[in-house]
Amino acid sequence: MRYLPLNDTDRSDMLARVGVDSIDDLFADIPEDVRLKGLLDLPKRASEMEVERKLSAMAARNTAAGAVPFFVGAGAYKHHVPATVDHLIQRSEFLTSYTPYQPEITQGTLQYLFEFQTQVARLTAMDVANASMYDGSTGTGEAVLMAHRVTKRNKAVLSGGLHPQYREVVEGLSKMAGDRVVSLPADPSGTEDILSQIDDETSCVVVQSPSFYGQLIDLKPIAEKAHAHKALLIAVFTEVVSLGLIEPPGTQGADIVVGEGQSIGNGLNFGGPYVGLFATRQKYVRQMPGRLCGETTDAEGKRGFVLTLSTREQHIRRDKATSNICTNSGLCCLAFTIHMSLLGQAGLTKLARINHGNAVKLRKLLGGIHGVEVLNSAYFNEFTIALPKLAEDVVAQLADRGLLAGLPVSRLEPKNKDLANLLVVASTEVNTDEDRAAFAGALKEVLA
Amino acid sequence: MSMNTQGRPTNPGEAGESFRPKTFTGNRGLDMEEPLIFEFGSLETTGVDLDEDGGVEFELGGHAREAEIGLPGLAEPEAMRHYVRLSRNNFAIDSGLYPLGSCTMKHNPRLNEKMARLPGFADIHPLQPASTVEGALDLIDELARWLMVSTGTSAVAMSPKAGAHGELCGMMAIKAAHEAAGRDPKIVLVPESAHGTNPATAALLRYKVVSIDAKDDGTVDLEALKRTIAEHSGNIAGIMLTNPNTCGLFEREIRQIADMIHAEEAYFYCDGANFNAIVGKSRPGDLGIDAMHINLHKTFSTPHGGGGPGAGPVVLSDRLAPFAPLPFLRKTDKGVELVETEAATREGEKPFGRMTAFHGQMGMYVRALSYMMSHGSDGLKQASEDAVLNANYIRVGLQDLMSLPFGERPCMHEVLFDDSFLKDTGVTTLDFAKAMIDEGYHPMTMYFPLVVHGAMLIEPTESESRASLDLFVATMRDLVMSAQRGETERFAGAPYLAPRRRLDETTAARKPVLKWSEPEPAEVTPAAAE
Repeated sequence: MRYLPLNDTDRSDMLARVGVDSIDDLFADIPEDVRLKGLLDLPKRASEMEVERKLSAMAARNTAAGAVPFFVGAGAYKHHVPATVDHLIQRSEFLTSYTPYQPEITQGTLQYLFEFQTQVARLTAMDVANASMYDGSTGTGEAVLMAHRVTKRNKAVLSGGLHPQYREVVEGLSKMAGDRVVSLPADPSGTEDILSQIDDETSCVVVQSPSFYGQLIDLKPIAEKAHAHKALLIAVFTEVVSLGLIEPPGTQGADIVVGEGQSIGNGLNFGGPYVGLFATRQKYVRQMPGRLCGETTDAEGKRGFVLTLSTREQHIRRDKATSNICTNSGLCCLAFTIHMSLLGQAGLTKLARINHGNAVKLRKLLGGIHGVEVLNSAYFNEFTIALPKLAEDVVAQLADRGLLAGLPVSRLEPKNKDLANLLVVASTEVNTDEDRAAFAGALKEVLA
Repeated sequence: MSMNTQGRPTNPGEAGESFRPKTFTGNRGLDMEEPLIFEFGSLETTGVDLDEDGGVEFELGGHAREAEIGLPGLAEPEAMRHYVRLSRNNFAIDSGLYPLGSCTMKHNPRLNEKMARLPGFADIHPLQPASTVEGALDLIDELARWLMVSTGTSAVAMSPKAGAHGELCGMMAIKAAHEAAGRDPKIVLVPESAHGTNPATAALLRYKVVSIDAKDDGTVDLEALKRTIAEHSGNIAGIMLTNPNTCGLFEREIRQIADMIHAEEAYFYCDGANFNAIVGKSRPGDLGIDAMHINLHKTFSTPHGGGGPGAGPVVLSDRLAPFAPLPFLRKTDKGVELVETEAATREGEKPFGRMTAFHGQMGMYVRALSYMMSHGSDGLKQASEDAVLNANYIRVGLQDLMSLPFGERPCMHEVLFDDSFLKDTGVTTLDFAKAMIDEGYHPMTMYFPLVVHGAMLIEPTESESRASLDLFVATMRDLVMSAQRGETERFAGAPYLAPRRRLDETTAARKPVLKWSEPEPAEVTPAAAE
């Protein structure tokens, strides 16, 4: 087997050195009757070529986003990632290292985590960011739990603009933990009355902007109302590129900001691995979940970085920890950090303008089609349209024409018939004028 | 034509062997000091060429950002050099033995990276029509089959994002099963030797954690367990037990433990962090477990990546299978179909909810399946055997000099020493570990598990050759004898030869500096101001 350095001579010599007759003597603690006698009922070893052939055949049965005009967003976005990013994250020293628990020999990881934390704090305009969560959805669940710890309350109010699967993650966790959740009805246009839901029992209000439906939300009045009731505002985003152009949650009064960072540096990957961004105010840092990297000095006075405030974490505090999280999204953070370092604010701002510009162009094209109504007044690179027929059918018909048109809301919200005709569409820098024209043309035909 | 160096030989002795110049840059040859991007990047620079935006009128409704973001950019060569230099300050499996017990730092085959990057896997959206991702669904289904066969179970929840997330998933399934049966037990039993994630997970679900005692040999004390169960009878939701345990030992009485737990109508959660020791040798499903997460980043070698991402699918017993979270795959005549919402569930499917948006760690699934297919049933078994053999080879190589807390018995894939061999040497476990760094090794896991004083948990994995193990054993022996001879300087200040000396973690925690800020402007002296 190509990955195993020991040969049979090594094995028999080593067994002799260990002082046993056979390898099974080392497995003697496993009760005899549950020890496997033969092999697992699985195929035997395969050569590199054979594995490549089989997996490539599976991959070939999928339609890659880059191969067709592509307008699906809804929490994961098709962006162009510079080749440098993927090259650098495959360096052995990054790819095959563990969590930096030995800082003297993991300064590479620690320094990029420190850069990552600084980048996220600046993007969100918050005091402090952690070294990442699994993704935006699980980060949102953790943010709600954190708010409960800070406020010593247990009622979360979720906006109807929150991604439905993010909502389900929060609801599931809260139900299991015995916490309360008030989920507002779906709110495509951003017109819900969330302020009246905030009271003295509210721990936190969770609001996504741009919303799942693409609508930009003014967070300031929500923050004011929340703070008047000593509740926290948790601001969520799924498209981090938006922060290049729109007002950050930090300056709008958010107490915790949590979002999906996939768009920067990370591919679609059918939903994972992604990278959860998580930031908060300095005063809440000790209630934060996840790893934190901090600056310090070594015995010779040189600057260095370490994991810090680990007394919040499970490996020290066990059942008193702020979270059970251990693994983060290390390599996805690195991809994010490198891509963001390449962009800088000059590049990010431009990228964001192109995204928005492309969405505006698409909005004009689609909005001009008879029977199509655009539901959003203000948006970034994604918006929702109401169609004169079932969105799911339209998407299927467009897929048959070689075009992936967006997300029919009904896929995530099948019970709500009011949403059955809604389609969430995104347009990023990867879309060309030809893509948009093809979309508009095909949609016109399908609706005719 | 090659350069003619004849007549100009270098003489390494000339400059004096011990002389180390204080360099202007602070660099030491290939060992480079590297500033933060914020200290050399520029707000004007960008390393990404983008088309002009075409001057479209904004439709942002007054939400435009006004203040500067403050993110410097780097041109591509600058970024390349910066991150290459950073990488050189990292230890990695590819550069040396990384014997972190319980973390399983094994070889990460690059075939897996290549497969995960096929556009048909890497460039597909989780919410594009299912008809356009049939190959992806098949891949998840195929990996699920490999996981179920190798664990002897009939269901698996694929979506958890990492080990601890898998624990949460398993415990949520257990909680849901209790609720469905009209029970509301409040206690979860966890042995002292458990990973911190176990009690933290139970606490997240508002369970009370009750500890169970270990015997002198490091395994669960059955009599003590019996007493604990009797004391809390009727109020126990389940037990969370790692097997093989964190002392590197297989729980011999695991089936009795399972029977005792099941007799209480409670569930057996197995922490599968150490499953890599027994793949192909024994199936957890045959041992009576109800749920077990599999760290794909340990057992099936998806890269650790400096701390993530991981993946933690959870195999489930028949009793828990109905409660598996959304999404899941359902077999039909036409192939597999994706069930994403409660509305799409059928009779008998009672998902407790959802662990994450989308479908889990697809990128890790591809890598893990590539690894498993490469090994096959024979290779997986051989890998477990080699991992166990390597750990025992280290054990016998060191047991006369270092101290085994549970006597000279075979271990599984990792060997646990305590610090009694360092008694009266003035060298601590930490010092000892840091001296390993100077020798070119990553230290083993230290001070874990908590049940052993000054624990040192060594896991070589199957990726090490015999020559590599021999050198490691010889090095460890040299270090032990050095400590016992009283050569404390080698340890107390270690590491001396790493990119950094020991770091001040106390100050880092007391006055946390968690992001870069513009340095305060230097104080202007009156003389300079003139």
